[in-house]
Amino acid sequence: MATGLQRSVTATGGGTEAPPAVVVRNLRRSFGDTTVIDDLSLSVPAGQFVTLLGRSGCGKSTLLRILADLDNEISGEVRIASRRAVAFQSPRLLPWKRVWRNVVLGLPGRPDRARALAALEEVGLAHRADAWPKTLSGGEAQRASLARALVRDPELMLLDEPFGALDALTRIRVQSLVEQLWQRHRPAILLVTHDVEEALLLADRALVMEDGVISHSVDVTLPRPRSVTDPAFVELRAELLARLGVGASSPS
Amino acid sequence: MTIQTFPAGKDGENGTPPEGTEKTDSPGRSGEPGATGAQGTPVEVAPVLTTVVPAGARRRGVPRWVRRPVGPLCLLAAWQIAVWTGSASTELLASPWTVVTTFADLVGNGELPKAILVSLRRAGTGLLLGGFIGITLALLAGLFRLGEDLIDAAVQMIRTVPFVGLIPLFIIWFGIGERPKTALVAFGVAFPLYLNTYAGIRNVDATLVEAARTVGLGRAGLIRHVILPGALPNVLVGLRFSLGIAWLALIFAEQINANRGLGHLMNRAQEFQRTDIIVVCLVVYALLGLAVDAVVRLLERLLLSWRPAFSGA
Repeated sequence: MATGLQRSVTATGGGTEAPPAVVVRNLRRSFGDTTVIDDLSLSVPAGQFVTLLGRSGCGKSTLLRILADLDNEISGEVRIASRRAVAFQSPRLLPWKRVWRNVVLGLPGRPDRARALAALEEVGLAHRADAWPKTLSGGEAQRASLARALVRDPELMLLDEPFGALDALTRIRVQSLVEQLWQRHRPAILLVTHDVEEALLLADRALVMEDGVISHSVDVTLPRPRSVTDPAFVELRAELLARLGVGASSPS
Repeated sequence: MTIQTFPAGKDGENGTPPEGTEKTDSPGRSGEPGATGAQGTPVEVAPVLTTVVPAGARRRGVPRWVRRPVGPLCLLAAWQIAVWTGSASTELLASPWTVVTTFADLVGNGELPKAILVSLRRAGTGLLLGGFIGITLALLAGLFRLGEDLIDAAVQMIRTVPFVGLIPLFIIWFGIGERPKTALVAFGVAFPLYLNTYAGIRNVDATLVEAARTVGLGRAGLIRHVILPGALPNVLVGLRFSLGIAWLALIFAEQINANRGLGHLMNRAQEFQRTDIIVVCLVVYALLGLAVDAVVRLLERLLLSWRPAFSGA
């Protein structure tokens, strides 16, 4: 059953006109005896916003780390866009570099302040360019980390629960910021989350990961900006929650 | 009812609870404690409120830079008074005032500045040499697996040798000139720097290394932008240890066969029973130590300005 769904996922992704930003075939990853990712296949076309849902421990963060090329103890085929950027759950800014230097870290050539400022401007943080990272608030630090991803002009952005540690209000703001940035720059985005609402607010396609494979895929065609009170939204949410085994009705 | 069950549960831990239980229980007796909370009826006993004192208000009074020297000054005053009242013998230890006049004399005839300069040069050369060796070895061991395998075990073994015990060997190897003194300082200094730098490199936050890899930093970039700055706080801790040891090593080294420097001055003073000169030298050693420590603290302030540190209550 899982394999059937999975095949359809690949078909949906491959059938669109855009070239792929991510192609994964028969990916397998084990930690000792436990297989975390088991024969997973996935394709993300350029410019698509994909959210990856799943309970904790289902392997979604492992998948993202593999796609970020941080974990290569794998078997199978993985192809990823060469211009890519990652934002983690914690901002992971180097505390000894000022914010703007963190943003342009790793770019070739001398640190380009103007370029950093442009990226910081986009996330609304230009006024903190010269601050030390440890003096930023949680939301500011996360926005700086988004600027660091953005400045690379990525074709693929990998976001590992980047809103997880934010308070509810900041979270809403940073979510809509990510949506705006995506609409402006159109990278493919793979957002790992365990928040169904967040997934449906942002995604073109919501994937559910379970037992090391993608067990379910939903194309979200609701018009943007989306509202959590939209009846169609509520229906989709109920369906996904059921898929995750939380809803009122059972997945069957 | 409650009084009976409470002590029974706590009986095993200590003998006193019955008394405490009765006390805490008595105010609640007018109404059942559980019922009061559940129904939301007003609590009869008002909580005791504590006023939070703003930090500014607490910091009133004498400023810190005045407060800090008070302790040492009291000590000095007590010593001088003891000498004046005759309860301390000036044969065994010169009075603070004699020390001050001797200090002025020694500065006046140029003997002390010359000795300080000689000693400072020994300590400085030793520090540079030992620091270079310690940090280089730590970089090799910290950054490369091969380096760790080759260097770390050997260094850990040698560092357990008490360096003062090496003086006879160093004299045989290097004679009695400047070289054994510099070598001893270098030997003492190298290990704290090695240990702290190595630990600093190995304790760099792995999540930061990962993040730096995702932005495309290569090996050289990782070392330059992530690992070395991340290890820097530890390197500075090592430096402070090293400076302390540098003075210690210097004092030891200068006690043997020195014909110049602070240690020589002290040795000669011992022959003539001039405790005042000995104390002057000790004070100079202490002041030099303080000065050097201040330099390191300044370095820390400049290099670690990114770090919001706990500054004490």
